[in-house]
Amino acid sequence: MSIVIEPPRSSKPKRTNWEKYGWMYMRASGVLLVILIFGHLFTNLWLGEGIKAIDFAFVGGKWSDPFWQVWDLLMLWLALIHGTNGMRTIVNDYAERVAVRKTLTYVLWATCAALIVLGTLVIFTFDPCPANGTIENLPSFCPAK
Amino acid sequence: MPSKPAGTLYRGKVGMWSWVLHRITGVAIFFFLLVHVLDTSLVRLSPEAYDAVIATYKTPLIGVAELGLVAAILFHALNGIRVILIDFWGKGAKYQNLMFWIVVVVAFVIFAAFAPRHLMHVFHLG
Ligand code: HEM
Repeated sequence: MSIVIEPPRSSKPKRTNWEKYGWMYMRASGVLLVILIFGHLFTNLWLGEGIKAIDFAFVGGKWSDPFWQVWDLLMLWLALIHGTNGMRTIVNDYAERVAVRKTLTYVLWATCAALIVLGTLVIFTFDPCPANGTIENLPSFCPAK
Repeated sequence: MPSKPAGTLYRGKVGMWSWVLHRITGVAIFFFLLVHVLDTSLVRLSPEAYDAVIATYKTPLIGVAELGLVAAILFHALNGIRVILIDFWGKGAKYQNLMFWIVVVVAFVIFAAFAPRHLMHVFHLG
């Protein structure tokens, strides 16, 4: 049995044309991701000491600022959905058996949802000065310091 | 003997190879992102757990592999803009070939600026 993929640009769809919205989402999220990811790489890998400076205290400092919490939250959601939908397209291209395609597509979206929930919880329930931290690993603004 | 297909606008040319590269880089970035969300989530566990895992990102082997990741992101992002321009800009299709080479040059210039600085950090020089 072959797989039916709706043409994204068909003019009068009978039902909601999800392929069309997927196609538009890839482009809209792509534009935003250029800004989000280039900004992420610039602050984390270019400024200061780059990769050398990345540790718990660095992340603690960034996520004490709502600006970076929102930045990373947007990047998390947009990139995971963009990447997962892109992988779904690739699965549609190569998985010829319906059961294989359905299973892979299900695994992709389940993984995507799990990581979005995990990442979102981490960004908002994160404590930059946890009681279980050795003092020298904590950011400089922690009272324990 | 099947004969070679006659020349087309797409096959074996910039249109096809940019698509192949876009697809391969997209898959590579996707799998890195899965790992990256997990390693970052360790901040929620303990500072020690996070610092221990992030230390692997600073080893020479992974440090050099990060250059490959940055190169993949540069190509995918810039070629993604090219794809969007082909779709929405009236002259996009006409200039797709030129835009591909602009993507390659811009990606290379940013990469050439980034690589030495990153290697300096990975190998503790300066
Ligand atoms: C940096 C900004 C990015 C831009 C501008 C961008 C742009 C695009 C565009 C326009 C497409 C659709 C191509 C088409 O329909 O022919 C696409 C596909 C794709 N993208 Fe991205 N993307 C970006 C980041 C990412 C990230 C972070 C990931 C991984 C998590 C990713 C993974 C993919 C995958 C797997 C595909 C499907 C490729 C295919 O069908 O051959 N992209 N990207």
